[in-house]
Amino acid sequence: MRTQPSVEVGTEWGIVSARQAGRELAKEVGFNNVDQARIATAISELARNIYLYTENGVIELEVVEKDALKGMKIIARDDGPGIENIRDVMEDGYSSSGGLGAGLPGVKRLLDEFDIESELGNGTVISTIKWLR
Amino acid sequence: MRIPILKLGKYLLISIQVELDDQTAIQFQEDLLNRIHQEGSQGIVIDLTSVDMIDSYIAKVIGDVVKMSNLMGAKVVLTGIQPAVAITLVEMGVSLNEVHTALDLEQGLETLQQELEG
Repeated sequence: MRTQPSVEVGTEWGIVSARQAGRELAKEVGFNNVDQARIATAISELARNIYLYTENGVIELEVVEKDALKGMKIIARDDGPGIENIRDVMEDGYSSSGGLGAGLPGVKRLLDEFDIESELGNGTVISTIKWLR
Repeated sequence: MRIPILKLGKYLLISIQVELDDQTAIQFQEDLLNRIHQEGSQGIVIDLTSVDMIDSYIAKVIGDVVKMSNLMGAKVVLTGIQPAVAITLVEMGVSLNEVHTALDLEQGLETLQQELEG
C-alpha cells in the first residue's frame, strides 16, 4: 500500500492541486479516461467543501488493494464545524452555499464506496474508494 | 489567468485551454459579458474540447454565463464537451438546461448562423 502526500486545501488553488494529484495517481493505477474524470471531479467537490466550509483540511490519496481488487482511496479530512444533519447534505439539490447542491450525493454516485463521519465542532472525515474494474 | 476571447465577425469565440480554477472561471464570466457589451456580439461559441473535468461549481459558472449572455441578447453555444465530462456531469445530476450545444466548433458556428439568420 502506498500513501501519497496529502494535499492541503486552504485556498482555491488547493482545489486544483488536489484534483490534479488525484488524476495523476488514477492514471498511474490504471483507471481509464472516464474513471479519471470521475475521480478528479469527486476530489474537486470534496476539496471545494473543505475550502468553503472550513479553515483548513486535507485530501489524502492512497492506493488500496482488497483480494484481487485494486483501487484508489480518497479521504477528505477537516477540523471544521462539522455537519449538523448528514441526511440533508446527502440529498440532491440541498445547498447551503448557493451552489447546485450536487456536491456530496454526486460524489457518492461517481465513486464506489462512500462513508461520512462528522462531529459538530470537531470536523468531518469523508472516506471514499473507487475500484478498478 | 485570463481566458482569451476572440472576435470573428459578429461572433465571439472562446476556446478554454487552461485548467479552470474558480477565480479564472469568474473572471471569464465578467470578461465575456463586457466583451459582448463592447462588441455588440450576437453569438458566442465556447469550445470545451480541452476541458477534461467540469465539477458542479464550474458547471454553475458556465450555466450562469449562458443565462447572463442570453439576458443581454446574445446566444451561446457550448461545443466539444468530452465523453468523460458528459458522463460525469449526468452521473452527478448536473443538468445544463436550455443550453445549446454542438459537437465541435464548426457545428457550433453553424448552429449560431441558423439561429440568428434563420
